Amino acid sequence: MENKLYTITIFSENTVGLLNQITIIFTRRAINIETLSVSPSALKGIHKFTITVYATESMVEKVVKQIDKRVDILKSYYNTDEDLVHQEIALYKVATDKLLGLGSIEKMVRQYNISILEMNETFVVFQKSGHYAETQQLFNELSSTVGVLQFIRSGRVAITKSKVERLSDMLETLKKFEDQNN
Amino acid sequence: MSGSQILIESMIKEGVDTIFGYPGGAIMPAFDALYDYRNRLNHILTRHEQGATHAAQGYARVSGKTGVCLVTSGPAATNTITGISDAMLDSTPLVVITGQVVAPLLGTDAFQEIDVVGITQPVTKWAYQIRRAEDIAWAVARAFYIAKSGRPGPVVLDITKNAQIQQAEFDYKPCTYIRSYIPVPEVNKDQVALAAEIINGAKKPYALVGQGVVLSGAEAELKTFLEKADIPAAWTLLGASAMSTDFRLNKGFLGMHGNVSPNMKTNECDVLIAIGMRFDDRVTGDLNTYAKQAKIIHLDIDMAEINKNVKADAPVLGSAKDTLPAITELLKPAKHTEWIDSFKVYDDQEFDKVIRKELYPESGEMTMGEVIRKISEATQHKAVIVTDVGQNQMMAARYSKYSQTRSLVTSGGLGTMGFGIPAAMGAKIGAPERTVCMFSGDGGFQMTIQELGTIMQEQIGVKMIILNNHFLGMVRQWQEMFFDERYSFTEMQNPDFVAIAKAYRIEGTEVLKRENLDAAIADMLKDDKPYLLVVNVEKKGMVYPMMPAGACVTNILLGD
Repeated sequence: MENKLYTITIFSENTVGLLNQITIIFTRRAINIETLSVSPSALKGIHKFTITVYATESMVEKVVKQIDKRVDILKSYYNTDEDLVHQEIALYKVATDKLLGLGSIEKMVRQYNISILEMNETFVVFQKSGHYAETQQLFNELSSTVGVLQFIRSGRVAITKSKVERLSDMLETLKKFEDQNN
Repeated sequence: MSGSQILIESMIKEGVDTIFGYPGGAIMPAFDALYDYRNRLNHILTRHEQGATHAAQGYARVSGKTGVCLVTSGPAATNTITGISDAMLDSTPLVVITGQVVAPLLGTDAFQEIDVVGITQPVTKWAYQIRRAEDIAWAVARAFYIAKSGRPGPVVLDITKNAQIQQAEFDYKPCTYIRSYIPVPEVNKDQVALAAEIINGAKKPYALVGQGVVLSGAEAELKTFLEKADIPAAWTLLGASAMSTDFRLNKGFLGMHGNVSPNMKTNECDVLIAIGMRFDDRVTGDLNTYAKQAKIIHLDIDMAEINKNVKADAPVLGSAKDTLPAITELLKPAKHTEWIDSFKVYDDQEFDKVIRKELYPESGEMTMGEVIRKISEATQHKAVIVTDVGQNQMMAARYSKYSQTRSLVTSGGLGTMGFGIPAAMGAKIGAPERTVCMFSGDGGFQMTIQELGTIMQEQIGVKMIILNNHFLGMVRQWQEMFFDERYSFTEMQNPDFVAIAKAYRIEGTEVLKRENLDAAIADMLKDDKPYLLVVNVEKKGMVYPMMPAGACVTNILLGD
């Protein structure tokens, strides 16, 4: 089986040491984490991790089950790009004088849908969101023309295209268990 | 109430009656509180923290209760890692409580400070640090719930010293539910129906019995299941004693040093029913040639085991206690006489080539097998058998007979040398009415030999048998078979074990000649006191049959 990019989504309690519990599962199987994004989810007290890895499907299935099994993890699942609407955000810092040397930047701003976050006599900070290839393309272009002083790209964030909401299913199950116990 | 009192009161609420531990700086407040509970809690002072964990494992494995350890921070905590890892791989419920430096010193490399939660997270079901007295009761309740429920395993609670000293209200509530944790999956009727349908259509069904049957207490349900559809079964190392040895459908041991027919039949059956076992590599050998002809039904409580090593055609999630009867109800009574009889060819072959000379040698040096057979017979096959790791383990597991469940305590997954003595202590304390016989090699015995001190002080009536071949026998066997007889650092010059036992005021005998063996065994079993029996067995004994690591299950070596 060939390696493919998989996006793993994890809903967890927000406890100390949780990230370590997740990463050790990747470490054991020598899987590199490509991107990682963590933030509070729409549900109070529940955190959401979005992790991308290159792996075979059977490997990612096993890893996801082992993550899911951890006591503090509510739910873990994986998707391929086709199942997802996904996005990354990138920031680019370039020297103002070099940028002005280009003459006009209108074409570039339109083509890449760039927002300008900060501008002064020394530097300009661009922001671009998009897929990895898109943010990379802008980086390549800026590098070859004006040079990039600093560059940062976020981990992937993603939403499933599925019409079934797995989190809602999970919460219903939880509710049932909770009711049984009360 | 102080945090330490809360800790102990909470443990009492959890039904704890025995603790294996070792005091030290960061756990001293808890030990000070324990002093007032001497009448209600039996604390066993081991001679090393690793011993405490293995003792707690032995206790848990025979009693079905959760084993408890109480140790200090730093080196004590790191000494528990082997036992914790062993419990993780063998699904043994443990709660290990470690002391920790006072909260303001955390992260400063304070004296005996170590990141216990970080170190133990990969080898525990749950590891948690408590920094405030008011969190202790909650965390203890949660720890015991997690350790024991679902697929059991070890839990670590790391309690800072200030939390042990601070005062708080005692507000204990048992934990019965954690929203992010579903210990026992609900039984799915469709999965059950599919499994039953496959079994009903089988001509050569075959069941593999793992520890899940024992952990869920489904021994009776297993028997009913097997008998209704007339299914032959074999057990894994940890599934041993889930059925009695002489049960008609019990075909023996799976795995590297298992019996011939159980391994051969794996690749002949048409339906393979795995019950609470995890297709360990020591059972499956080469996965690419493993049971390819069979439909696989996999009953397990742990979703992560499904399709991990062997892909299941019909996974059935849940506790074996629930899933087995659910499937049994849908089974048609069947007879598979011819199929069951076909095991016998291999059994006879194994008896002729291996077992006869191992168990009934008429001349030459004593064999490991004959010692084990005689002790099993002398205890009417009722003893709890505890093993160390290596040849002694495989021999003891193979040649002891079992008449009741929870009768074999052995380190299966981690294969921890040094497990034997402390695990036997724990087993005897967990089942004081039973005879506990511990088989060890001369190597493993010396890895935790200091626990003889614990046995002396507590007068724990374990019967210890060293099968002494003056070698690290299993490694030597591999060197003979696979490394050109280059015996690299496996020969041992041993001390006078009986004299060491005597120094600990433990009675013992060394047997050098076969004609003295029966009398020595009788002497060992004459009362309920600790005893060391050292038997000098053949130096170059071999454990056969053997399926080499990574080979096909049908590639079984029987020796000369």
